[in-house]
Amino acid sequence: MQKQWTAVIRPKNSLLDLKLKEVWKYRDLIRLFVARDFKTKYKQTVLGPLWFIIQPLFTTVIYNFVFGNIAGLSTDGMPGFLFYMAGNVPWLYFSTCITNTSNTFVSNAGVFGKVYFPRLTTPISTVITAIINFLIQFAMFLIFWVYFLFKGAPIHINWIAALTPVFVIQMAILGMGFGIIISSLTTKYRDLQVLVSFGVSLWMYATPVIYASSSLSPKMYNLLMLNPMSPIIEMMRYGWLGSGKISFLFWGISWITTLIVLFLGIIIFNRVEKTFMDTV
Amino acid sequence: MENEKDIAIRIKDLKKQYRLGVIGGGTLQGDIQSWWARVRGKDDPNLKIGKKVYGKNETFMALDGIDLTVYKGERLGIIGHNGAGKSTLLKLLSRVTAPTEGEICIDGRISSMLEVGTGFNGELTGRENIYLNGAILGMTTAEVDSKIEQIIEFSECRQFIDTPVKRYSSGMYVKLAFAVAAHLDSEILVMDEVLAVGDMAFQQKCLSKMSDVSTTEGRTVLYVSHNMNTIRQLCDRCIVLDHGKIIFNGDVEEAIDIYLGMVKASQKIISLESSNRSKRCLDGIKIKSLEIQGHDDWRISVGSKLKFVLTIKATKDLSGIGFRMRLACADDTSVSVLLARKLIDCSAGDEISIPLEADISQIVPGMYYLTPSLYVVNDFGGHSFFDHINHAVSIQVENVLGFNENMEWNARYWGNVKLPEIVDLRKEAN
Repeated sequence: MQKQWTAVIRPKNSLLDLKLKEVWKYRDLIRLFVARDFKTKYKQTVLGPLWFIIQPLFTTVIYNFVFGNIAGLSTDGMPGFLFYMAGNVPWLYFSTCITNTSNTFVSNAGVFGKVYFPRLTTPISTVITAIINFLIQFAMFLIFWVYFLFKGAPIHINWIAALTPVFVIQMAILGMGFGIIISSLTTKYRDLQVLVSFGVSLWMYATPVIYASSSLSPKMYNLLMLNPMSPIIEMMRYGWLGSGKISFLFWGISWITTLIVLFLGIIIFNRVEKTFMDTV
Repeated sequence: MENEKDIAIRIKDLKKQYRLGVIGGGTLQGDIQSWWARVRGKDDPNLKIGKKVYGKNETFMALDGIDLTVYKGERLGIIGHNGAGKSTLLKLLSRVTAPTEGEICIDGRISSMLEVGTGFNGELTGRENIYLNGAILGMTTAEVDSKIEQIIEFSECRQFIDTPVKRYSSGMYVKLAFAVAAHLDSEILVMDEVLAVGDMAFQQKCLSKMSDVSTTEGRTVLYVSHNMNTIRQLCDRCIVLDHGKIIFNGDVEEAIDIYLGMVKASQKIISLESSNRSKRCLDGIKIKSLEIQGHDDWRISVGSKLKFVLTIKATKDLSGIGFRMRLACADDTSVSVLLARKLIDCSAGDEISIPLEADISQIVPGMYYLTPSLYVVNDFGGHSFFDHINHAVSIQVENVLGFNENMEWNARYWGNVKLPEIVDLRKEAN
């Protein structure tokens, strides 16, 4: 007679064992983590939840001023403000995903060292928090979008806009994939923590957030589009504003990159998860 | 063979290895350098000169082959000295870190209280923290809902339950945290000295809650503590760990005796020539042995003085060396220090035996450790050790009839020193 054990603890996990079932069992924890993040983030601040929209609003205004007015970069004939916001809002969301998941292990070391719960719950709840943030900011974008539409700006919404949820999910996967790779490696190498914040801000310039990809030479364009974020931002902008051009080929490549990153991330995360307390 | 069904935890040949010293270079660059050097078969540029490549001697077995079976409904105590591997065992059981070798099979949900209040967020209210902490410990929101009233009642914090916990006093904080942990629904509870919290009444409440949990609900409890009283109160079986191995498994009283006597207690002469010393000690003079006088072993009755002979061996000419012994309880809390200042003047090669008498007549019955050291005071009032041997001797102070007029001395609350009794000045005046 073989006894059924609830759990068997062995030295190593199998590489691809995600334990998603266990994560599902802990869904209440994910929900509470998200609630905690929202409740505590802007406690004891004067502006409170207004901060959710102040950040994208102000950066957009600054971009519009610096890159639109001073540098005079092309916005494909779109109103600069809307053009920058259409790139900036998803980019902010993506960079939040990546920077916040990238310190999963180090910033939660205290809790992880005392109690076991599926570690994947923390990056997942971080990403969910980011998605909710994004929805608020995207709503703000829509308000401006309607405003500019009534003002008669040359905006043409098309069916690509309906893919927005897919883009949001893809950015979440990509951001979390990179985030958990970095967080797994930072348990040993703290260098990466430093790298993340400025790496992500540099990455923005390799993505058509503040400029239109149509202003590049074909060679540069192809290179730019290999950046998995470029097709996403381009397509979102195309869908909502009708500016720029889209390429499903590059989007396909972007998806492949995304899945590879996620796959790698899971493997590394699984390896580190069990013993990171000894190295962190 | 016992019925397999009744097993809650089965541990087979469990090992946990830690690497000593700094893990990795700490930076990516350093590790890549080391790796590249190894690939080319060259010396690692990041190793200190004279050090060998990470060999076997640089690892440390925190657990070295543990085999253990725990049955359902048992209350197992785990005792052992610092570094014996107790906490490592609990960490492995609660899956905070993974074993190096071996296997643990668990039947039932396990919840660990390695530290109460894990994951508490100061900004959230007590109620919100109950939900969050409960979820971290594995409860669903529905489960917490059904228990929230009991938890709040147990925590004695009802009045403050909707106040952020950062405004709580530390006692309230801990009470709340314990209340959550005590109401977990898991079949197996793992605890690491969490009961050393709150006031006396609350400690008793926790203890009785814990034994309730096991006797009436049939849950399994694993409990680690240095406090023998709580072990006695709570556990029905006990294991003693030493250097990563189980050296005893069985009756609680026997286990406590083994644990307390683990240090050489019963010899008359305690030779310290080969004992472990602190690495910061200076060279020049070392303690060779300590020999008790007037007794066959290091066991004296309460109220008497301790007579012993200190033998030292000098390799340098030195003067003004002081001798002292730290007196500590079995759980390593200090009681006091016995000083003999500027005791020794010696020249190289001397072996001197000095008869000494220490007045420890006010120390109450119990087991104590003596930590002898040789030291010299420098011009700045600090001191440097020539020798320092932690817990070199364990000494038993035995109770005698009539001590404290036969009233039991409760060392846990009264301390370990019985100061002279209060003098009635009316009698003095006559």
